[in-house]
Amino acid sequence: MPTRDQLEWMFEMMVRIRDYEETMAKVYLEGKLPPHIQKGLAFDIGAGAIPGEMHLAAGQEPVAVGVCVHLRQDDTVVGTHRPHHFAIAKGVPMPEMTAEIYGKVTGLGRGKGGHMHLFDPVHKFSCSGIIGASLPPACGAALASKLRGRDSIAVSFFGEGATNQGAFHESLNLAALWKLPVVFVCEDNKWAISVPKSASTAIPSNADRAAAYGMPGVLVEHNDAVEVCEAAAEAVARARRGEGPTLIEVKTDRYLGHFQGDPEIYRPKGEVAELRKNDPIPRLAAQLRDAGMAQADQDALVARVKQEVADAYRFAQTSAYPAPDEALQHVFV
Amino acid sequence: MTTRRLTMAQAISEAIGQEMERNPDVFVMGEDVGAYGGIFGATGGLFNKFGGQRIIDTPISETAFIGAAIGAAAEGMRPIAELMFVDFFGVCMDEIYNHLAKNTYMAGGNIKLPVVLTTGIGGGYSDAAQHSQCLYATFAHVPGLKVVVPSNAYDAKGLMTSAIRDDNPVLYMFHKGIMGLPWMAFFEGSTTEVPEESYTLPFGVARVARQGRDLTIVTLSQMMQKSLLAAEELAKAGVDVEVLDLRTLVPLDREAIAASVAKTGRLLVADEDYLSFGLSGEVAAVVAERLDRITLKAPVRRLAVPDVPIPYSRPLEMTVIPQVNHIVTAAQELMKARTATAVAV
Repeated sequence: MPTRDQLEWMFEMMVRIRDYEETMAKVYLEGKLPPHIQKGLAFDIGAGAIPGEMHLAAGQEPVAVGVCVHLRQDDTVVGTHRPHHFAIAKGVPMPEMTAEIYGKVTGLGRGKGGHMHLFDPVHKFSCSGIIGASLPPACGAALASKLRGRDSIAVSFFGEGATNQGAFHESLNLAALWKLPVVFVCEDNKWAISVPKSASTAIPSNADRAAAYGMPGVLVEHNDAVEVCEAAAEAVARARRGEGPTLIEVKTDRYLGHFQGDPEIYRPKGEVAELRKNDPIPRLAAQLRDAGMAQADQDALVARVKQEVADAYRFAQTSAYPAPDEALQHVFV
Repeated sequence: MTTRRLTMAQAISEAIGQEMERNPDVFVMGEDVGAYGGIFGATGGLFNKFGGQRIIDTPISETAFIGAAIGAAAEGMRPIAELMFVDFFGVCMDEIYNHLAKNTYMAGGNIKLPVVLTTGIGGGYSDAAQHSQCLYATFAHVPGLKVVVPSNAYDAKGLMTSAIRDDNPVLYMFHKGIMGLPWMAFFEGSTTEVPEESYTLPFGVARVARQGRDLTIVTLSQMMQKSLLAAEELAKAGVDVEVLDLRTLVPLDREAIAASVAKTGRLLVADEDYLSFGLSGEVAAVVAERLDRITLKAPVRRLAVPDVPIPYSRPLEMTVIPQVNHIVTAAQELMKARTATAVAV
């Protein structure tokens, strides 16, 4: 069972992430709908203050917070194309992250990377737009820690769609073979864009695949921060002890489209409404009150966090764009 | 012949559907090609018509399904394998450039691999460095792959039909910004009248999309649409531009390039791929190798992405990907430039 402090940390992070993603869903639409766009289009992905693809993680907060609650700043996290919840839970500052997503010069990558390509070497976070790309570099970070005799670890987050990539299988074998201090966390949101897990993966649980590589495999059955926290506690501790990797699969829920603007014609009607009835945030709030946190204190926490999120967006909105000739810089250092 | 206006996406899926009706060996596999109809619409409507046995959603296992396309093709099937973004080809490059491209040659011509690989290319909508590349020159560079890059719906249909009927591997690359998607701005010149009947267009035959006397723009894909718009602006300024749409890189219609530049004496290559070691250099070399019969009035000019990854931030992306105004400016500068020989004469 998590401590009271851990519960509060996870609650605060989940509130922050949810507010961040819901705010993003709103501001992202600005300028992308008729009559502001080319005639005949229903939506223009390249228009507005935040152009390009946008993959949001509302609903998937338990995966990020349940793992990251155990991490230190010197631990490495590698995320996915849907990265905001991991980044926030790892401590990446929201103003700089948001500025990056707006393409501003104050962003983490001076506006060069964008929403799928967030790099924060201070808080040891990175991500990629390529499926399965989070596993090999996490092995590398873990190898560096091991070679230097440190007890920092690495966590790789990836979706259930990524587990049929060669990079998944190769990385699991490498990490087990070399006993690397890495935790592999699969967030199973059931959908690889339009393809359900049952149509892409030969067995129901990826946790069972761990056996093929001689490492523990843990299935977290519910989209619940406490359950993730408990599973991750042992996996992180095992990695820190130098006993090698663990594979955790968490059944989680994607509330929004694969990307904002996704027509989701493949998704059963009412699925999301049903999922939202079992939202993990009110559940954790209740557990936290049972652990002694007053409602008034919770309300104050929520208000403070929402203000932080609003401030981050304002920072991004009021920042400048990079000068055009910056486009030619930073190919090499 | 009955025609209607189709988007490029509709034209591509129509060609695939007609070939599937004609030949039971043709089938499609890829990520989200089924009920979704392909993320960029290239297989729209086909799942309802042909079902999941011939329009197959795959796991995200590119090495496996592109490798499987090679294996099925070697058995006489005619697979069409879609891999969403060309940027993603990195994860399965071995299957493409060591096997698909080379097996026929290594077998002394005894193996046919009639595979069509389809993929989306191009930027302009802030999808950043891993989802915005063109990379056609990378694949054209490797011997053994035909490379098709259409600029409009009419060409797209005829070239797709030819691609499916070709007994060789064909990489068929559609620019996202000319597909006519309901969720992405596009250049409307790409939506054209398309015959209902099936037809083929030969590979290696460039099309003069606009005739002109003063300057040749060699281009393709979305950049062809930008070049036509630039040519209209230039016409107002008294510059008469010829626009040559390459349509296929492999085979490359070198004679059409040479003939047009011999006529105009000026070459501008308008390209959305990276500048160095690529298409624009190849086109310039075609002209350089024929200077015994081409008289250049000005040095060759190349517009392309200036050897940087595609930046996310809009003002940066609009700087590095050539736009209509860049083409206009480059053409105007080219009209003022002179070759050393011309000066000496």
